[in-house]
Amino acid sequence: MSTPALKEWPLWEVFVRSKQGLEHKHCGSLHAADAPQALQMARDVYTRRQEGVSIWVVPSASISASAPEDKDAMFDPSADKIYRHPTFYDIPDEVGHM
Amino acid sequence: MAAHEQYLLHLADNALILGQRNAEWCGHGPVLEEDLALANNSLDLIGQARLLYQRVGALRNDGKTSEDLLAYFRNEPEFRNYTLLEIAHSTALTPTAAGDRDYAVTIARNFLFSALMVLVWDALKTSTDQELAAIASKSLKEAQYHLRHSRDWLIKLGDGTDVSHARMQAALDHLMPYTQEFWTPSPMEAAAVRTGAGVDNKTLQASWNAIVDEAIAEATLKRPAAGGYVTTGKLGVHSEHMGFVLAEMQSLARAHPEAVW
Repeated sequence: MSTPALKEWPLWEVFVRSKQGLEHKHCGSLHAADAPQALQMARDVYTRRQEGVSIWVVPSASISASAPEDKDAMFDPSADKIYRHPTFYDIPDEVGHM
Repeated sequence: MAAHEQYLLHLADNALILGQRNAEWCGHGPVLEEDLALANNSLDLIGQARLLYQRVGALRNDGKTSEDLLAYFRNEPEFRNYTLLEIAHSTALTPTAAGDRDYAVTIARNFLFSALMVLVWDALKTSTDQELAAIASKSLKEAQYHLRHSRDWLIKLGDGTDVSHARMQAALDHLMPYTQEFWTPSPMEAAAVRTGAGVDNKTLQASWNAIVDEAIAEATLKRPAAGGYVTTGKLGVHSEHMGFVLAEMQSLARAHPEAVW
């Protein structure tokens, strides 16, 4: 498959909400000329097996991501603060499953 | 009943033959996303054909008419599809019909046909054949998507570069004469209209013209005149391309009858 499109078409990130799901989940990316086309292509590529009832597409260039080399500084400090998990409370029976 | 059966076969063969043609792009699409889109389109169409063949089998009720029998063991004159749907993906700009597929032809054909089918399926939702009405309701949603997909590409390519514009225009010039067959009367269609099972395409022509004209204008293309020879595929008299389509589609099933895998 020759793919000049990979150079000429911008990249889009695709988010799909499933029938049961409340939120849109990232499921992949694709190249498309514009947003309407990206939506249609996402429909054909990512919802063929009834995966979704709603699609978002976002230009990949619009996403600001944390840098991999910042991982330690950003995320390690939370590793020894287990008291932030609400697991030390006695929950009354009447509350049921949370 | 024979006329109604012919009408059902006409609808089914349209779907099957275009599905077979579009499936030629499987693994050869211009980009991965379009490869999948065309395969989806083919599977929709072949699914429609299956339901309609099953309906014919149920009406015949002879214990031997199956969808496979109708798809794989009928010969060319028994197929009732429009000639438009069997011709190759090529135009005068294409060096050879067999090897050089032009995506503009694929798009233009899908556009011209799905613009008709959104109207046909919508009308058939009230067919007196309730099975056909149910098939129409399901197929309408698929046809609406096929129209959206092909219309968008028609506009993108028509209103694109000089090269894509020229190829899209050549595809329309090549295919438009074949659409005359949509509107020519035939005994099976006349019979289907009389019983209320079918729709008179003539009543849809103004709406089809509106869909086509609007998209062509937006694509900055010119609508060619639809003159010249009127094809007769729906009467079973096909072009030279039909035999090749059937040979590819039917040879495996005929070499290994009743094979399963």
